[in-house]
Amino acid sequence: MSKTNKQAYWRENLKYLAILLTIWFLVSYGAGILWVEQLNAFTLGGFKLGFWFAQQGAMYVFVILIFVYMKIMNTLDKKYGYNED
Amino acid sequence: MGILTWTWILVGITFALYIGIAIWARAGSSKEFYVAGGGVPPILNGMATAADWMSAASFISLAGIISFAGYDGSVYLMGWTGGYVLLALLLAPYLRKFGKFTVPDFIGDRYYSNTARIVAVIAALVVSFTYVAGQMRGVGIVFSRYLEVEIDTGVYIGMAIVLFYAVLGGMKGITYTQVAQYCVLIFAFMVPAIFISFQMTGNPIPMLGFGAEGSDGIYLLDKLDGLQRELGFHEYTSGQKSMVDVFAITVALMVGTAGLPHVIVRFFTVPKVADARKSAGWALLFIAILYTTVPAVAVFARIKLIEEVSNKEYAELPQWFGNWEKTGLIKFDDKNGDGLVQYVANKEVNELSIDRDIMVLANPEIAQLPNWVIALVGAGGLAAALSTAAGLLLVIASSISHDLIKKIINPKISEKGELIAARVSAAVAVVVAGYFGINPPGFVAAVVALAFGLAAASFFPAILLGIFDKRMNKEGAISGMITGLLLMLFYMAKYKLHWIGDPTVDTAENWWFGISPEGFGTVAMLANFIVSVVVSRLTPAPPQEVQDIVEDIRIPSGAGEAIDH
Repeated sequence: MSKTNKQAYWRENLKYLAILLTIWFLVSYGAGILWVEQLNAFTLGGFKLGFWFAQQGAMYVFVILIFVYMKIMNTLDKKYGYNED
Repeated sequence: MGILTWTWILVGITFALYIGIAIWARAGSSKEFYVAGGGVPPILNGMATAADWMSAASFISLAGIISFAGYDGSVYLMGWTGGYVLLALLLAPYLRKFGKFTVPDFIGDRYYSNTARIVAVIAALVVSFTYVAGQMRGVGIVFSRYLEVEIDTGVYIGMAIVLFYAVLGGMKGITYTQVAQYCVLIFAFMVPAIFISFQMTGNPIPMLGFGAEGSDGIYLLDKLDGLQRELGFHEYTSGQKSMVDVFAITVALMVGTAGLPHVIVRFFTVPKVADARKSAGWALLFIAILYTTVPAVAVFARIKLIEEVSNKEYAELPQWFGNWEKTGLIKFDDKNGDGLVQYVANKEVNELSIDRDIMVLANPEIAQLPNWVIALVGAGGLAAALSTAAGLLLVIASSISHDLIKKIINPKISEKGELIAARVSAAVAVVVAGYFGINPPGFVAAVVALAFGLAAASFFPAILLGIFDKRMNKEGAISGMITGLLLMLFYMAKYKLHWIGDPTVDTAENWWFGISPEGFGTVAMLANFIVSVVVSRLTPAPPQEVQDIVEDIRIPSGAGEAIDH
């Protein structure tokens, strides 16, 4: 476990964090709050789209994001030899 | 069988189950007492976290709040789920790797300072006590509504149960009871929701049902918007609050969730760092099952209520109306004496006042579901209130026995002594919480919502910077935490509690940046971040061994040994 190995692992981790948190921000604060009016012009079945993001969609994406992060990190841990199983 | 008989049977069975589990899973060491020995499987920890997290307020009140607020209620849905993303990505894995027992443990060690530890202990106690008083009250209210006992008697029964399994079992006992409580509460919430969704839309999945067409071929949400307009209320699917306030409240709730000690501590109980990530995923999945159903229940209940009551003859209203009128949760005052129920937005003309809790409590009756389903809601509400109260009490107990007694007052205390201290602290905490439950100070209700603001303003920046900013030192963290905490308390005292300043001037028009006290945690958190970073750059860097700790927690392997310190 050299120092450069640790730093490379950390940098990759930060990159994934940035990507996933951007998605987190876009579905909740973006689609659910900032652009809710514009998105409400569209519908998804009986839902106005902005309203759907605020009361359903954002939560679905949150769950998916955590499981995706878990998968990514398990792969990353293996790649750098930090896995424990 | 009647509702009352069914309720006694269901509550009796579930309570016997909780006590049985507590006896089976009692704690034998302080490690078992604080973090369940660090050996809880991730999926079970996810369930326990979900039960810990979802309080009586989530179970009973949330659907009602959303039912009346419509789109504006989204702040709670996104705010109380989105925080888990922050927790899973930014905090939980690193805190698990750090491998101690409490949040003040991390703050104290990372900032190499007992001052920092004490500030964290105080913040943990303030947050947890304001929160737990509301829970004990919730237990009392559920008992009184379903079992027809006095609220105070309900609080005593609740205290006795929690005392038994929290003191005996510690985190280990609490975790496994919470798993059972999650199963009870989610079943109790979903069964009526599925029944009603099927009844109204033909679709048994509530999350889809509230976007479907009713029996008249009109989309439920369009119909509700129409009904709301007709009666003079705002459209259900559009908001009333300003965008900046909605944004700020959502941030404060999310960040506050991620900073709540009783949630964070749950991630110390799993065996490995990878398990902490997985466990957070399961926790959010289990939480989201309820939280995505809540807005559906809100819509179903509101439509049913308006359709069954609005402009109907008072004398011919269905049976449930009279039942709930007796409890005072729904009130009719025939102002114009025409014998009809006028339910409209205009307060001068409106004749009906409705407590928001009725949306969940009376919903199964309004939908004419069988008695056992109605009784089930009572057992579910109790499970939600008890599980949250127990989790909070454990944080209070470990703050006292571990952070104060073991780490500051008497570091030489034996393992056995610490375990006894933990049990005594838990018992004292239950009694204090019960006292507040029976004699709720007037400000508790107002303050519970602000516990999130306090957690956001104090803990979150200190923990996040402790992991992601190696240069962060004790001077920065302590001044940041104190700034955030004081700023939040000041704003609460001025604009919410009106303890200081002039109440006629401290109104919504004069909120800073147009942000309500509920959303102000966001501003206080930013102030904490700025002060922390600026002060830390003007003062000496943390010692090398602390910088090594930071390096170490960023690497996931080796957490198993770390806990056996």
